[in-house]
Amino acid sequence: MRTLLFLLQKEFKQIFRDPSILRIIFIIPIIQLLILPWAADYEIKNIQLTVVDQDHSAYSRQLISKITSTGYFRLANYTNAYPQALKDVENGDADLILQIPVAFERQLVKENEATLFLAMNAIDGVKANLGSAYLRSIIQDFNREVRMEWIQLPRLNPETQIDITTSNWFNPLMNYKYFMVPGILVLLLTMVGVNLTSINIVKEKEIGTIEQINVTPIKKIHFILGKLIPFWLLGMLVLTIGLGIARLAYGIVPAGSVLTIYAFAALFLLAVLGLGLLVSTYAHTQQQAMLVTFFIMMIFILLSGLYTSIDSMPTWAKWITRLNPVTYFIEVMRMVVLKGSGLIDIKKHLLIMLGFAVVLNSWAIMNYRKRS
Amino acid sequence: MNNDTAIRTHDLTKRFGGFIAVNKISFDVKKGEIFGFLGANGAGKTTAMRMLCGLSIPSDGMATVAGFDVYKENEKIKKSIGYMSQQFSLYDDLTVKENMRFYGGIYGKSNQFIKEKTKLILDQLQLKNEANLLVKSLPLGWKQKLAFSVAMFHEPEIIFLDEPTGGVDPVTRREFWTMIYKAAATGTTVFVTTHYMDEAEYCDRVSIMVDGRIEALDTPAALKKNYNTNSMDDVFLQLARKATRKSD
Repeated sequence: MRTLLFLLQKEFKQIFRDPSILRIIFIIPIIQLLILPWAADYEIKNIQLTVVDQDHSAYSRQLISKITSTGYFRLANYTNAYPQALKDVENGDADLILQIPVAFERQLVKENEATLFLAMNAIDGVKANLGSAYLRSIIQDFNREVRMEWIQLPRLNPETQIDITTSNWFNPLMNYKYFMVPGILVLLLTMVGVNLTSINIVKEKEIGTIEQINVTPIKKIHFILGKLIPFWLLGMLVLTIGLGIARLAYGIVPAGSVLTIYAFAALFLLAVLGLGLLVSTYAHTQQQAMLVTFFIMMIFILLSGLYTSIDSMPTWAKWITRLNPVTYFIEVMRMVVLKGSGLIDIKKHLLIMLGFAVVLNSWAIMNYRKRS
Repeated sequence: MNNDTAIRTHDLTKRFGGFIAVNKISFDVKKGEIFGFLGANGAGKTTAMRMLCGLSIPSDGMATVAGFDVYKENEKIKKSIGYMSQQFSLYDDLTVKENMRFYGGIYGKSNQFIKEKTKLILDQLQLKNEANLLVKSLPLGWKQKLAFSVAMFHEPEIIFLDEPTGGVDPVTRREFWTMIYKAAATGTTVFVTTHYMDEAEYCDRVSIMVDGRIEALDTPAALKKNYNTNSMDDVFLQLARKATRKSD
């Protein structure tokens, strides 16, 4: 026990003497949390639209002004030649082409029916898909308005119309920051756990101090606890700073209890620290440790459900997300922050995280050898 | 084994795959002796020393250090020995005092012991004014002397020194050997590797390793007589030239 105190004392002194660690712990979270959520946005804006208007009618102008007034589209070009519009797409100036054919208005009035043509630049798939979906709903809206003008109430509408009204549960304004900010915070904690820990231990290997430690009668478990405890505390500190920023900068107040988040974070950190420790038992140089953790972080980020929905992934990828501790923390964050879930609701998540912590740490401890 | 043996090895061997780093070495080191462990680069000195310190598991043969078996009682060995590796291994970002406190602490020494011992060492090394400086700000020679003192901090029975004076100026080397003599005078067994033949002369007995084997083991005087020369340099050259293994 006393040995552990000496180890902790040494570790804290070293951490607080290293300006780069302090920067990683305090400045990086602040910058990432203040900048990233504004840029990492799910909504698609500023879609460049080229309109090929071959009708030049009152209705075509009305439709165009309705589209541009939503704020999602920017009129990149207005032309009456389709090849010209296609050139815009080729040059990357336009994402979508809306073609209003000749006699659009006349057909609409006479035959009660008209055709529009949509072409999209699918290089940026998400933008093309969402853009055309937005445009479709605007055109539908326009369609309804036109009908309202013509059909004199109470005359019966010959066609039935299904109108959809939506209400967004848990995040009424669909504010994506409510799930982006907690998600980024989770990634920061993972960084502290995996990166800092593994590099710290491998550094001792590199400079040879670990050999000096190994030649002392120190117990393996003491040495490992001496490394885990400081970084566990640092992780909790980063979490606290992050939740503070979320509240001050974005007004995010968890619907559930902050204590629930801390309880889960405590276990989560234990698991990722175990992973960091495990990496350090395999890596011989800081460079190796960096590259391995970089690889792990990429998978953790992309297969965590932070940026893309897990439900739409192929089955094998879903399995990987289940083996990714970050997935569970992001789920828990969203549950607690948006739905107000409590400890009972995240019971399953807690148990799984405990499993991760036990497996990763035991593996690391078994693999850490004082003798070769 | 008798009670005045500090280290005993018999056919101690270490293989890395097909490469035999240490090949059946057998020797005894008496308590309080300064034992010089010589050999060219890559001869297997460090590997042998690491086995004796419990850092590396032998492939074959037997060895006891301070009466403990290297296979089974390696953690007990660690309590009785001090080790100063080739690589400088104090914490650069801790102060002189903090390093001593840390190593004293993990060997389970009391606060009282640590306090008194720290004061004693600072006096001996004349580092009182530097006690609160970070180790990285000290010159190499001072660092090496400090590393030796830290390795001796818990008053071990045996101290292993792996090329302790590499890259150190002649004056500091002389001072370093004064410290080694002082340690031996208090009954500490000193097991030291070196490339400096003048240092070999300071040892009570010297062994010379060539290609993983011990080719010669005797007092410096007897070795010179046997090899018909009046310098240890010559003895070493005659033996080391037999080496077929490439030095690293």
